[in-house]
Amino acid sequence: MELKKSENPDDETTVNQKIRRRNFISFAVFFAFAGVIYKGWNWLYHSPFEEKGVTGRAHLPLRRALNKTELFFRNFFSNNNLVKTYPKSMAAKKVRVNSHIGMDYHDFKPEDWKLSVVKSEGDMLSLTIDDIKTLPKTEIVFDFKCVEGWDQIQHWGGVKFTDFVKHYQLEEQAKMQYVGMKTPDSKYYVGLDMDSAMHPQTILAYEMNGEPLMLVHGAPLRLIIPVKYGIKNLKRIGTISFSNQRPGDFWARLGYDYYSGL
Amino acid sequence: MKKIKEKHAFIMRWTHWVNFPILAVMIWSGLLIYWANGVYSISVSGFTLIKFFPPWFYEFFHLGRRLAEGMAFHFLFMWFFTLNGVAYLLYTIVSGDWRELVPKRNSFKEAWQVLLHDLHIRKSIPPQNKYNAAQRIAYTAIIAMGFGSVLTGLAIYKPVQFHWITWICGGYHFARILHFALTVGYVFFFIIHIVQVMLAGWNNFRSVISGFEVVTEKPDPVMEKSGEKDDYPDTNNIN
Repeated sequence: MELKKSENPDDETTVNQKIRRRNFISFAVFFAFAGVIYKGWNWLYHSPFEEKGVTGRAHLPLRRALNKTELFFRNFFSNNNLVKTYPKSMAAKKVRVNSHIGMDYHDFKPEDWKLSVVKSEGDMLSLTIDDIKTLPKTEIVFDFKCVEGWDQIQHWGGVKFTDFVKHYQLEEQAKMQYVGMKTPDSKYYVGLDMDSAMHPQTILAYEMNGEPLMLVHGAPLRLIIPVKYGIKNLKRIGTISFSNQRPGDFWARLGYDYYSGL
Repeated sequence: MKKIKEKHAFIMRWTHWVNFPILAVMIWSGLLIYWANGVYSISVSGFTLIKFFPPWFYEFFHLGRRLAEGMAFHFLFMWFFTLNGVAYLLYTIVSGDWRELVPKRNSFKEAWQVLLHDLHIRKSIPPQNKYNAAQRIAYTAIIAMGFGSVLTGLAIYKPVQFHWITWICGGYHFARILHFALTVGYVFFFIIHIVQVMLAGWNNFRSVISGFEVVTEKPDPVMEKSGEKDDYPDTNNIN
């Protein structure tokens, strides 16, 4: 039987032809797109991992996306955006300890500890905890956020990083892009963009709940930087340095976003 | 005889189908993130009804210890999810099709009647244009939910820089719960949606791919000599 194109558009044959043609085209396009998406997903899911450098362990296209996303959201960063603070009564008595990386407890003697500040190659400050305690004290009670998804209101005390920079005349260093901090054994380390480090609520903390830091919480000195996830809040600061390149960061090398900013 | 009846615009079909794999990736990557602090459950006076999630669930879907990977996927696909949703929203408003979607004043009463009809308890169904009352509610609610996921997502993603969003969502802690609850909602929506699509049949399903439904229209009545038998059923009297 021949399929003739009838003169009458209402002719059953013509309508059937139209239906079949449109069905064919739309389903063909549908399955073609589905195939493209399937292949695209496979490509992404099996894409090679980035080379291990400052960052590591993420699929390369995803790492690029994380870095681009960082640039986008950094446009919204402002020192005027402060974390909400709470009355001391709301601070947790049992403050959660999530990791001990970089804090060996056997050989560490807090009384022998000194903070190293690398001003430039060969120019280093060496400070005791008493040196630091002479600086103006700032306390903060805020909702600490772990990258895992839990949060806890905590009470910390110490010296504002901006006060620290001013006192030790580190203004030239503070013009650089990044601050690096690491534990005395170099096993845990974080990189911070300068804007976040110089945020008014960033403190070098030596007190928790009004008492000197406990060892598990990073005694004698730890970083509390409320505009970042907990992973950037390094415990037991050993050395502070400044750089225009991203300093090493422990969790960024394990696939996490380098910026990790809130 | 058969006629082609246009039903769904191209943009509607595109955003509908594109959303499917994107939302799937968002939920999957979201589970990789949730695992890292997987503490939610539904309890009634101390008795746990459902735990989100028991260990076998994480093992079965290989969700454990992949937080960094989850975030990497989630923070890439969130762009596609949001842009696609905004495209659909704009189309719905600009085209005027929102009139077919937004629930009317009597939609909630009618939706109950639709439900009874779907469960074969009630024989008749209220008249409808493109969508019945239950669909109006469901297809509007799902868009509100999508918007809610983006909002609560931003609230937990940037609680300092977008602190006002976090505040609207009830704080960081609660925003995370809302974000999770909405996702459970999507899963329920999906199950009911698939069942309804299957029950509605091929002609309806096809229309979300090709854009049209095939309707059978009665041929135009032919002039009859008076006194002759009426061949066509009387549609003016219900009996």
